Amino acid sequence: MANIKVDGKLIEVPDHFTLMQAAEAAGAEIPRFCYHERLSVAGNCRMCLVEVKGGPPKPQASCAMGVKDLRPAPDGSPPEMFTNTPMVKKAREGVMEFLLINHPLDCPICDQGGECDLQDQAVAFGLDGSRFSENKRAVEDKYLGPLIKTQMSRCIHCTRCVRFTTEIAGVSELGLLGRGEDAQITPYIERALGSELSGNVIDLCPVGALTSKPYEFNARPWELVKTESIDVMDALGSAIRLDSRGKEIMRIVPLLNEDINEEWISDKTRFIWDGLKSQRLDRSYVKKGNKLVEASWDEALNTVARKVKKAGNKVGAIAGDLAGVEEMYALKLLLNGLGSGHTDCRPPMSAIDPGIDRGAYIFNPTIAGIEEADVILIIGANPRIEASMLNARIRKAWRSKDLPIAVVGEKADLTYDYQHLGDDVETLKALATGSHKFNKILKKAKKPIIIVGENAVSHASESKKTGRDILGMALMIANNSGAFSENWNGLGLLHNAASRVGGLDIGFVPHDNGVCSADQIKLAAKGELDVLFLLGADEYDMSAMGESFVVYIGSHGDAGAHRADVILPAAAYTEKSATYVNTEGRVQRTNRAIFPPGEAKEDWAIIRALSEKVGVILDFDNLAQLRAVLYQDYPHLAQVNTILAGDIGKMKKKAKIAAKTKNVKFTSAVKNYYLTNPIARASKVMGQCLQAADARNNNSKQAEQVK
Amino acid sequence: MLTDENRIFTNLYGRHDWGLKGAKSRGQWSGTKALINKGRDWITDEVKASGLRGRGGAGFPTGLKWSFMPKVSDGRPHYLLVNADESEPGTCKDREILRHDPHLLIEGCLLAARGMDANLAFIYVRGEFMRERQRLEAAVEQAYEAKLIGKNNIHGWDLDIIVHHGAGAYICGEETAMMESIEGKKGQPRLKPPFPAGIGIYGNPTTVNNVESIASVPEILRRGGSWFAGLGRENNTGTKLFCVSGHVNNPSTFEEEMGIPFNEMIEKHCGGIRGGWDNLLAVIPGGSSVPCVKGELIQNAIMDFDGLQAVGSSLGTAAVIVMDNSTDIIKAIWRLSAFYKHESCGQCTPCREGTGWMMRVMERMVEGRAQKREIDMLFDVTKQIEGHTICALGDAAAWPIQGLIKNFRHVIEERIDNYTYNSDKDGAVPSIAAE
Repeated sequence: MANIKVDGKLIEVPDHFTLMQAAEAAGAEIPRFCYHERLSVAGNCRMCLVEVKGGPPKPQASCAMGVKDLRPAPDGSPPEMFTNTPMVKKAREGVMEFLLINHPLDCPICDQGGECDLQDQAVAFGLDGSRFSENKRAVEDKYLGPLIKTQMSRCIHCTRCVRFTTEIAGVSELGLLGRGEDAQITPYIERALGSELSGNVIDLCPVGALTSKPYEFNARPWELVKTESIDVMDALGSAIRLDSRGKEIMRIVPLLNEDINEEWISDKTRFIWDGLKSQRLDRSYVKKGNKLVEASWDEALNTVARKVKKAGNKVGAIAGDLAGVEEMYALKLLLNGLGSGHTDCRPPMSAIDPGIDRGAYIFNPTIAGIEEADVILIIGANPRIEASMLNARIRKAWRSKDLPIAVVGEKADLTYDYQHLGDDVETLKALATGSHKFNKILKKAKKPIIIVGENAVSHASESKKTGRDILGMALMIANNSGAFSENWNGLGLLHNAASRVGGLDIGFVPHDNGVCSADQIKLAAKGELDVLFLLGADEYDMSAMGESFVVYIGSHGDAGAHRADVILPAAAYTEKSATYVNTEGRVQRTNRAIFPPGEAKEDWAIIRALSEKVGVILDFDNLAQLRAVLYQDYPHLAQVNTILAGDIGKMKKKAKIAAKTKNVKFTSAVKNYYLTNPIARASKVMGQCLQAADARNNNSKQAEQVK
Repeated sequence: MLTDENRIFTNLYGRHDWGLKGAKSRGQWSGTKALINKGRDWITDEVKASGLRGRGGAGFPTGLKWSFMPKVSDGRPHYLLVNADESEPGTCKDREILRHDPHLLIEGCLLAARGMDANLAFIYVRGEFMRERQRLEAAVEQAYEAKLIGKNNIHGWDLDIIVHHGAGAYICGEETAMMESIEGKKGQPRLKPPFPAGIGIYGNPTTVNNVESIASVPEILRRGGSWFAGLGRENNTGTKLFCVSGHVNNPSTFEEEMGIPFNEMIEKHCGGIRGGWDNLLAVIPGGSSVPCVKGELIQNAIMDFDGLQAVGSSLGTAAVIVMDNSTDIIKAIWRLSAFYKHESCGQCTPCREGTGWMMRVMERMVEGRAQKREIDMLFDVTKQIEGHTICALGDAAAWPIQGLIKNFRHVIEERIDNYTYNSDKDGAVPSIAAE
């Protein structure tokens, strides 16, 4: 610990603290532009200058100087720093003036207005006027893709965006070119940023140089209602804030959650909001003849009820990727009431089985735990597009230490170096039997992480045995490499859908003679399943459902709605309070920011209303009552933001190597990052991103050919 | 007054052989092994005793700098980095050493490397010095061939020398920017602390010295620190290469004892001021980055670190720029402002934004197209840059203007008055305020 006096106040801080951290610990505010606690220190904006005693006799950048860099006074008294002396005031005014001389005076038409660091700090620390009477500098705007709008004359060269893209996002595509006052931030090649985290530079930019293109001229921060919620675009449940005005979501920004997303979010999470406004199902439809025609709620529900009553227990239900726990629970109760156990929330032919143990389907080491890992093995997943924030965490761990990473699966750019061991079951088998050379590294590890992609254990065209065998081998590798110890559980299932773990938790899987999603569709094709409920399920083969009567409950007109015989319009994740359990097994809830459009209702309420019509009345009338029943059955779901840990003993028992497993190749579950769910497919911005990404890939292919 | 036997740079003008044979005939590479054998501490102490101050401009005691290097290596190698990126306008001393007496530098590298336990020395040569680099590389080659340096050389201290060619940026003469440049990055100064002696090239302890400092070391060690300390004044010892340019009859680079009075130096080496002493307007005594001094003030000034500080300037690199009454002093200083604006690396705010601002105000002042209150404003802006930047380029850009305003305010005011009185004439346009 080191002693330091901040503005005359003696405090004790850890040795590694910078002057800025010490000042903050002492309660003194220090303005800054370039400094960001999650990025490397640049020290170039000079806004954080302070006066020190025991160091050089000129103002010092407090973000870069450590408390240990100061010497105590000759009499042994601790070094001093000042944040409120005339020297500091003058320094701040000077730097502020320099930053503003070439900054355009376009605050009234700047999207950053109202949440601009430069604006705020100019008011707080700057002078009231300018002495600059020359012409201002103008800088050509740059193209950074469909997400980021640039206005480079506003840039103050803090290089936060450069540091973010190179350090956190792992793409060296932004840099400071030129020198002196001609220096400018630029993508070296005029093309869209090749990162799924690029949107974060909008938040990082302290001025209006990088702003959100889809949000351009849409709203001012002070007119927005802010609702804290969580994201459902992937299985991580990143913390987000929904900014709404009236009945529209205007934008989505990240919130701090050290356990999951730190303070970043992926582009899909951030820019999905335009998809919430298009392709919406805002009223009921009933198929008449070969055409879906608008219908009242009563008519639609009565139509469904008639069919269901006739079907008896030949009723099935498949939950999609965005379904919340409450609606799945309500639907499960309804089907159970009808005497059917045909419920499933997993991709086709998935071997994920809640019967083994919770630990066998959650990401046990936790996302934050990745930083503790000393070796990581990724099986059948591409975390960069399946779970971008988790991938960023792996990169963070990889950057901070010597971390061996290996992949069995697709060879893709993951933004960090890894050994590509192979892409098929044979490689996995070699690892499981201990005959692979990577086993040496695994053996030495104390905290290994084995990441198993959802697609590694779900092979739609194979039997379930293949998936089960692969899971057994993964458990074997984990067990042999010491991933199951007293204080470490290194097996992590990486799901792709926000609904998945919640569905598995409440047993939304086949039970009481029920069959899985793929088999339900087969039954439907054979005419042995009369009614099939799709709870926002769009990722299945809709053409294979035969003559079955399909009821689609969901928010967007996608594949499921096209096949449906009756459409019951439901709420999207921004329009309801729903429970989601992320891939770590962490229970989280969304909050309602706006109301569902038109006649759409919250999903659980639709199912409750239907239950009345079919005569299997569900025992709750509002969300609170539903949750009360839910928590009785599954108490851990009441514990928001906690994780119910898996049982290592039960997991170990399933560790085995099957005698013969079909040698399938591992592929990532996500073929197209920008189009993974109905909301994304409805989003125009995501379509633009896809185009930009394609253009990028084609260009680089062309460039390679030229080479 | 320097006598011939006290000269260090005996082939400054290239009249003799620059190669190894010539160097040896001038006494270089003699007894080097004995000096090396005396060990690290002896070398450092001797350089400390000599009072040698860094010849690159800042005048930091060289021996003291060497003693900052870790006494015992923690496993990281130590590096010597010789700064041959001589780009300061007016300065042309290092290039004479590089092209006419390169072995003096190479021998100095070996001894200095012994003095800081380094086995690798980098020499960073300015981008524009093509021929100088070729000469230096040839000399290094000769030294390798003669096993004077390299692994298992005859002196018993391994030293490899890497001659690195810059790309012509002034800022790469700043020690930390130079290290970035050597590492293959963009030449932008690093934050200090950490200082190079702790974390330098590739994160290893590094000492950066000027060419002249290193080239002086062999003679200091051979003749003893006390010999060097006996020249000049206390705290300003030894000999120094002066480069006098501008309005003197014979502009030249020469070696002289520290502390020689200005007028004696000009009379002896440069044939006097063009048009006589009454014609002297101002002198920039230490390279472009130091404040200028009025003619009447500099005449009797003592040419060393303390002597020039007494007249409000600095010795810098001892590049003396002499200006007579025919000089447009405002335009001269504007030209320096333009230089610093062009060479600012753009990393930190005050220098990036301030150098351009200062240059543009100066540009108007050259014509007189300015307000008198802008003189004070300009002075204030220089104060806002000075000391607020990462490296010293901000200071270097500020000082010439401060010197101008302090010494020649009346000239600027006259120019403004003159412009105002004639503002109804052709070509006179009032300044237009930006938004």
